[in-house]
Amino acid sequence: MKNNENHVSSDSLNWTVLVILLILTTITILAIKIHLGAYTVALALILASIKVSIVLTYFMHLKFENMLLRLMVGGVFLLFAVVIAITFIDYYFR
Amino acid sequence: MTNSSTSEPLNYLNHKTGLWSWLSSTDHKRIGLMYMYTITIFFCTAAILGLLMRIEKLTPGQTIMTAQTYNGMFTIHGIIMIFIVVIPGLAAVFGNFFLPIMIGAKDVAFPKLNLFSWYVFIAGAMLGLYSQFANGHSPDTGWTFYVPYSASASSNVVIALTAAFVLGFASILTGLNFIVTIHRMRAPGMTWFRMPLFPWSLYATAWIQLLATPIVGITLLMVIAERTLHIGFFDPALGGDPVLYQHLFWIYSHPAVYVMILPAMGVVTEIFPTFSQKPVFGYVPIVFSSLAIALVGYFVWGHHMFTSGISYESRWFFSFLTFLVAIPSAIKVFNWLSTMYGGSVDLKPPLLFAISFIFLFTIGGFTGLTLGSLATNIQLHNTDFVVAHFHYIIFGGMGFAFFAAIHYWFPKIYGRMYNFKWANISWGFLFVGFNLLYFPLFVMGIQGMPRRYFDYDPKFQTGEMLSTIGAFILIIGLIIMISNLVYGSRRGAIAPANPWHGVTLEWQIPSPPPHENFDEIPVITHEPYRFDHPYTK
Repeated sequence: MKNNENHVSSDSLNWTVLVILLILTTITILAIKIHLGAYTVALALILASIKVSIVLTYFMHLKFENMLLRLMVGGVFLLFAVVIAITFIDYYFR
Repeated sequence: MTNSSTSEPLNYLNHKTGLWSWLSSTDHKRIGLMYMYTITIFFCTAAILGLLMRIEKLTPGQTIMTAQTYNGMFTIHGIIMIFIVVIPGLAAVFGNFFLPIMIGAKDVAFPKLNLFSWYVFIAGAMLGLYSQFANGHSPDTGWTFYVPYSASASSNVVIALTAAFVLGFASILTGLNFIVTIHRMRAPGMTWFRMPLFPWSLYATAWIQLLATPIVGITLLMVIAERTLHIGFFDPALGGDPVLYQHLFWIYSHPAVYVMILPAMGVVTEIFPTFSQKPVFGYVPIVFSSLAIALVGYFVWGHHMFTSGISYESRWFFSFLTFLVAIPSAIKVFNWLSTMYGGSVDLKPPLLFAISFIFLFTIGGFTGLTLGSLATNIQLHNTDFVVAHFHYIIFGGMGFAFFAAIHYWFPKIYGRMYNFKWANISWGFLFVGFNLLYFPLFVMGIQGMPRRYFDYDPKFQTGEMLSTIGAFILIIGLIIMISNLVYGSRRGAIAPANPWHGVTLEWQIPSPPPHENFDEIPVITHEPYRFDHPYTK
């Protein structure tokens, strides 16, 4: 954390984030009823990724960290995304 | 300050005594040693199993065990060696012991978590052992747990899978601890490019441990769910896809090879400059080659699956990247050789083992390219050639680097010295035995001998016999080496603080190190490996 400072998020921010997460969860559940075929999984993964990003940014205080740490966390997600993409590209070409 | 009962200076070994003082210690050095003793016991157990398998293959047909026993033996041998010995090996033992000292810290970032990791490791190891004996059905899937067989086999697969899952946790926690330690606890003046290369290799390794291990953990849980809840992930009978299992398994298990080999490379990178009394050649390329191996090594898992039915596009993609990952490995080999070139080479036992590492690892690496090539892979897949390649990388690489590391840091760990003559003799037995054991497997593999078979065509008997003789020679070498080291740790001559004239921080403190490593945290003023300048103020 920058300069070892403590950062306290406001209650209103925490509540707002919680409400957004609940809305996204509801959309995830409702999305099952829309028949998107193979794209259902893609939609669920996108929604889950947005939720993870919000949790990391606000609840885990990544927004208060320095750029190096943010880049490292971003790099980890990029790596994971590439690994998953390579696996499923194999399915596409098979 | 001295220990009142022995009048020895106080150090991490004697500042507290008794079994509980070890079992509850959060001192990184003691935890490193606890890992070493545990791993050594498991290594000897699995080595004996390996010897029994070689005796079985001395003659065609059944020699000393049934086919089912043989299947169980190679599975337990693999599980112990991979998950309990080689993956944690160098990082958990020498990483724990020397990482904080080499970066000028008093301990790792999370000492209690470090001790907890060891207990998790022990729990996983015990569970692994239990899986071999519970209900008399030791797992027979091989250490890779391939479905669909592992989804339906009647042996103790679930217990073994749980053991691997638990062991993975220990690995993740250690990796996390090392990353935070390196980021937050380097001594004043130790910039990233003033850090010695063993910590650099541990840093690259820790990222793989942290990022790849959860994938295999979840995959193994999915197999457990498939077996117990009948959810179809991988088993075609339940609507699953066995190739997906192979993808997920190797996404972790190929980078795991680099978890084993990167610290090994780090160890020999410490040894070459010290025993050549010459700065390491190409510090920065070595750093970036470690990171490149860690990164590119992430994307080559598919070369284990060329014959599994993956798409043609995937095959050439993975084959290309496999050839690419050879480049940073080769950079390191050239750097090690160049470090020795023109140096004041002192062929003491640590250097002997380190040079053997280059020789054996290079053979393993080149044969890896043979397997990474699409055309030859089809011929060689699932033959003894793969077994030979694997052991040249893992045992010839990580194993010999472990032997190099213990001979290098032994006087620092125990404050005593082993016998050089017996160390050289043990090296001779190990080197000859190793090559006689594994090289014939290359030849038999090319001739078509499949791996994991307890029986064979009589035309292979000469090769199998040579290999078994090699196994006996290797075991003799291990007995000599371990006896020499155990004797040296108890009765060896008192070693000076810096017997090899090393320049990194561990050689600037007393042997054995004090409880908290440094009376005063050192201030780093130069890059490491400069034999004409002091490293610290």
